[in-house]
Amino acid sequence: MTANKMLKSIAFYALVVVIVIFSIFPFYYAIVTSFATGTALFEANYFPKAFDWANYKAVLGGATFPRNILNSVFVATTTVVFALFLAVTASYALARVRFRGRGLLLMTILAVSMFPQIAVLAGLFELITYLGLFNSPFALILSYTIFTLPFTVWVLTTFMRDLPVEIEEAAIVDGATPWIIITKVFLPLLWPALVTTGLLAFIGAWNEFLFALTFTSSESTRTVPVAIALLSGASQQEIPWGPIMAASVIVTVPLIILVLIFQRKIVAGLTAGGVKG
Amino acid sequence: MTASKPAIARDGGLSLQQQRQKAAFWFLAPMLIALFCVAAWPLLRTVWFSLTDTSLNNLYGGKWIGFDNYLRVQTLSNGTVRYKGTLVDPAWWNAVWNTLRFSVVSVVCETVLGLIVALVLNAEFKGRGLVRAAILIPWAIPTIVSAKMWAWMLNDQYGILNDMALNLGLISSKIAWTATTDTAMYAVLMVDIWKTTPFMALLCLAGLQMVPRDIYEAAKIDGINPVKVFFKITLPLIRPALMVAVIFRMLDALRIFDLIYVLTPNSAATKTMSVISRENLIEFDKFAYGSAQSTLLFAILAVFVSLYIWLGKVDLSGEGGK
Repeated sequence: MTANKMLKSIAFYALVVVIVIFSIFPFYYAIVTSFATGTALFEANYFPKAFDWANYKAVLGGATFPRNILNSVFVATTTVVFALFLAVTASYALARVRFRGRGLLLMTILAVSMFPQIAVLAGLFELITYLGLFNSPFALILSYTIFTLPFTVWVLTTFMRDLPVEIEEAAIVDGATPWIIITKVFLPLLWPALVTTGLLAFIGAWNEFLFALTFTSSESTRTVPVAIALLSGASQQEIPWGPIMAASVIVTVPLIILVLIFQRKIVAGLTAGGVKG
Repeated sequence: MTASKPAIARDGGLSLQQQRQKAAFWFLAPMLIALFCVAAWPLLRTVWFSLTDTSLNNLYGGKWIGFDNYLRVQTLSNGTVRYKGTLVDPAWWNAVWNTLRFSVVSVVCETVLGLIVALVLNAEFKGRGLVRAAILIPWAIPTIVSAKMWAWMLNDQYGILNDMALNLGLISSKIAWTATTDTAMYAVLMVDIWKTTPFMALLCLAGLQMVPRDIYEAAKIDGINPVKVFFKITLPLIRPALMVAVIFRMLDALRIFDLIYVLTPNSAATKTMSVISRENLIEFDKFAYGSAQSTLLFAILAVFVSLYIWLGKVDLSGEGGK
């Protein structure tokens, strides 16, 4: 190996190390902080000094945080199931049936997924109070449909477009109706796509903040992001950094594990939009 | 509705194509109704509210006041002309300027850094899988959590970043990053770039992986400078993927709310259009005024997207050429 080549490869690995440290350090530091209590909290420690579970006990033993986690799980799961249910049939129609105005319809759906949420906030607020859903999980399930549904339809359509025509033709020859084709022929092939899309939509719903902040008003109906954002200490000045970091770690670790398990599928799902075409 | 052609029954039966189109209509209907209820109708109501004097506590008591929430010209009895409304509100224009500044800077940085990370990940080296897993972590962390994490790291007295910078001699005294007017925007940018560069990198990587390897080999044999290869071959080939990634990021940046609301609450230096609209809608009881601002935000985004797609000839449908 020439000196020049060696220098290049050292520079390359240095860049790799910088990227990795930059990516994981903030989360690593949150974990370190979540185990620190008392005065240790107010020293800049790069490595954990002790493992004290007090912050975790404080958060999980608190009156509302376990409830907030349950709210988030319920809202995100229901939203995803509802969106996938509507999206499977819709994306079959969009991907496999030729009809006039299909391109326009697809663009409209994409446009809805780009809606700034604030633009519908006033109208949704009215709708939700009219339906009597204010401060209930159903207000969030209803409003989250605006971003989960277009997204799932869009991604499932691109997946469904790639399924081989021959399978469908064979089913048609055998006299299968479109409904049978979806449920008996395509659905078994679509499981990987459904898992990916569902997971991405779940993450979106789990992380949503604006609607959750606006459409809930009591501590017991808040979702996790709102609870963490509004977690406060005994006084205005005293921000409980230890418990905040513990709560952050609790809600983030499951997400990170899911993302790492499904990382290949997630990358495929993220890039399934326009990039593929 | 163009979703279904009128199904004409000919001799008691439908052709296969007609039967499929009829099914397609029923498959699409529930989704379209759902989208109408949560997107189109609320949007129309927001626009309507912006033309009235509705208040938060009395949603149905608003009177039509035309465009007064946007711009209202008053001529006082002594002859002086006064302008009122969002369009002459300095706080609104400050928010517009903040949003534009934030969006342009963050998206440019994320695109450049994302490309660099994608080029690294596109090379073959030991531990590539680990690096890819590592860069997914910022993306997987909820925005609110990352805002809190960074708020702690940027804390003026106990923050680790001040500690690092002091030890390295970069700063001479501790900086209150999120509270100081001059640095608040940098803090927000830092967190946003950290959080969203992975997304850009993954989209760029997907583009890069579609470039055939033999092109690079041919260039190598011809002895072309790698930098030249990047600008003359790689960049033009991944341009379509890049254009789509940039518009998605840009739209996200233009409507940013959560990060700014949590990291720099009530700071005029970072308040964006979404933040100021919600403040008026919900907190200041200027429901109609806030509706006008969110309508304006929607209009700005719509114009931007149309121009971008038109000028950049972006094919979003993925159907081009098929």
